[in-house]
Amino acid sequence: MDKVLFVLENKEVLVGDVILEFSYLVAAILFVIGLKLMSHPESAKRGNFWAATGMGLAMITTLFLHRDGVTGANISLTNGIVIVAAIVFGGIIGTIIARRIKMTAMPQLVSFFNATGGAASALVALMEYSNPANESALVTLLGLVIGTIAFSGSMIAYGKLDGKVGDIFAKWTTYLNLFLLAVIVAIIVYMMAFDLDMAAKTNLSYVLLAVALIYGIMFVMPIGGADMPVVISLLNSLTGIAAAMAGFIYSNQAMILGGIFVGSAGAILTLLMCKAMNRSLINVIIGAFGGGGVGVDKDQGTVKEITLTDAAVLLAYSQKVAIVPGYGLAVAQAQFAANDLVQLLESKGVEVKFAIHPVAGRMPGHMNVLLAEADVPYTKLVEMDSINPDMPNIDVTIVIGANDVVNPAALDDPSSPIYGMPIILAHESKNIIVMKRGMGKGYAGIENFLFFNDKTRMLFGNAKDTLQKLVSEVKEL
Amino acid sequence: MEQVLIYFYEHKEVIFIIALSIFLGIEVISNVPSVLHTPLMSGANAISGVIIIGGIILLGHADFSTFSLDIILGIFAVIFGTLNVIGGFVVTDRMLDMFKKKKKK
Repeated sequence: MDKVLFVLENKEVLVGDVILEFSYLVAAILFVIGLKLMSHPESAKRGNFWAATGMGLAMITTLFLHRDGVTGANISLTNGIVIVAAIVFGGIIGTIIARRIKMTAMPQLVSFFNATGGAASALVALMEYSNPANESALVTLLGLVIGTIAFSGSMIAYGKLDGKVGDIFAKWTTYLNLFLLAVIVAIIVYMMAFDLDMAAKTNLSYVLLAVALIYGIMFVMPIGGADMPVVISLLNSLTGIAAAMAGFIYSNQAMILGGIFVGSAGAILTLLMCKAMNRSLINVIIGAFGGGGVGVDKDQGTVKEITLTDAAVLLAYSQKVAIVPGYGLAVAQAQFAANDLVQLLESKGVEVKFAIHPVAGRMPGHMNVLLAEADVPYTKLVEMDSINPDMPNIDVTIVIGANDVVNPAALDDPSSPIYGMPIILAHESKNIIVMKRGMGKGYAGIENFLFFNDKTRMLFGNAKDTLQKLVSEVKEL
Repeated sequence: MEQVLIYFYEHKEVIFIIALSIFLGIEVISNVPSVLHTPLMSGANAISGVIIIGGIILLGHADFSTFSLDIILGIFAVIFGTLNVIGGFVVTDRMLDMFKKKKKK
């Protein structure tokens, strides 16, 4: 390991250095292969394993083979022990949290882990900024800001998903955010433009950290409900970019590739989510939703309720049933009850499918994970675009805790804030049963004319209770 | 302007990696069925924990002879990074388990 291989620009290159760089190459390739494999249900588990292997490899080789850029010294035994202790500690905590958490708390957990990644990036950048050997001041500062925003933003997202933090939306948040962003830019420009002494630099980097922390909080604060999938994947993307910035400081290719790779993948996912709502990213961030009195000029008609017995009969004698799940299903934890109903109906010869809207729930693919937990085969989950042409042939569509994603105003009411958003065409099916807690409006705060449709019947109550009662009613038939 | 050119030239390899990684990310993520969006995001999240390498390097060369804020922050960086990496991969694995189970049915 310590054998000098050759001398490059007055620096000795050891065998260990070559092995280290080679291991980074292998790790980077494993990240790419891993994520690629994860885009198929069959190979996804292997993909996750390979990506994790790449990470483990890079961690081990760094620990044993990394040499300081200036002194050329390896990581000493004392430092090594502290590092391993920290890794073991973090690893045990991480494993316990990841294993013990309920599957329904998945969106929160993903946000929480994203926050820790952002925090780590911010800390690394903060300390590297005062390191005189670091020549990439601008990249370091950007890494600090982005990592910090990813951290505080993800913590707020975590709080919101966990129901601990409410939405604050007021016009002033937009202005405050623009102001904070301007302050961040101003501080960075000041730090780059003037030749400051070390103390001033350090102090300013802490100020920058504080402002970025506040910005992250205020940036996520007004965003809520159906926009959460967008903001979660955006924050995910930011963490990746922050990690890449740190990689730039160390000229570490594995970090740069891994970080940018995650950053661009996250950005694409963010845009996909935006597209699913027919809104621009700017629109989501500034938050154009939030209930003005829109579109109340139409004659609403009346909502008609249905008894459980009638609903059971209707379902049991249908041929094709589609279920449209939404966040309400997740809140009521009704996925198991929903699966019971599906199995029961199928045993009676009814064909049942789940119609999944891309932004149903609070994170990308939320409904899929939720239903997977209840053992619903993924072949039963049909994406919006595939099921929509078939909707007129569906005998009964059951809408469980979903609202805006089935609101026909998106198609025919140009004055509606969700106009243009692709929806699941529930109103085209022969009958519609809507399960809802009450007549509250959806996240977008607008009336849903589907509920007033002649073909629609309402089943009010908690989704889980209602589904369980429905199952026993169907059984008795 | 001159500075920008110099900067580009000095960091050309890194800039190449960045440019290509962006396209790689786009390429790998497009055409993913929405069934896998959550595990994919979670897995990508775990990969962004690659910052742990930075944490190890930083703490590895920190001066332990005197007690300083840097050491505390460095330890936290490593702990947070590990949480992100290990927690992320474990939770992704758990999610994917759920998808796998039903395949046999």
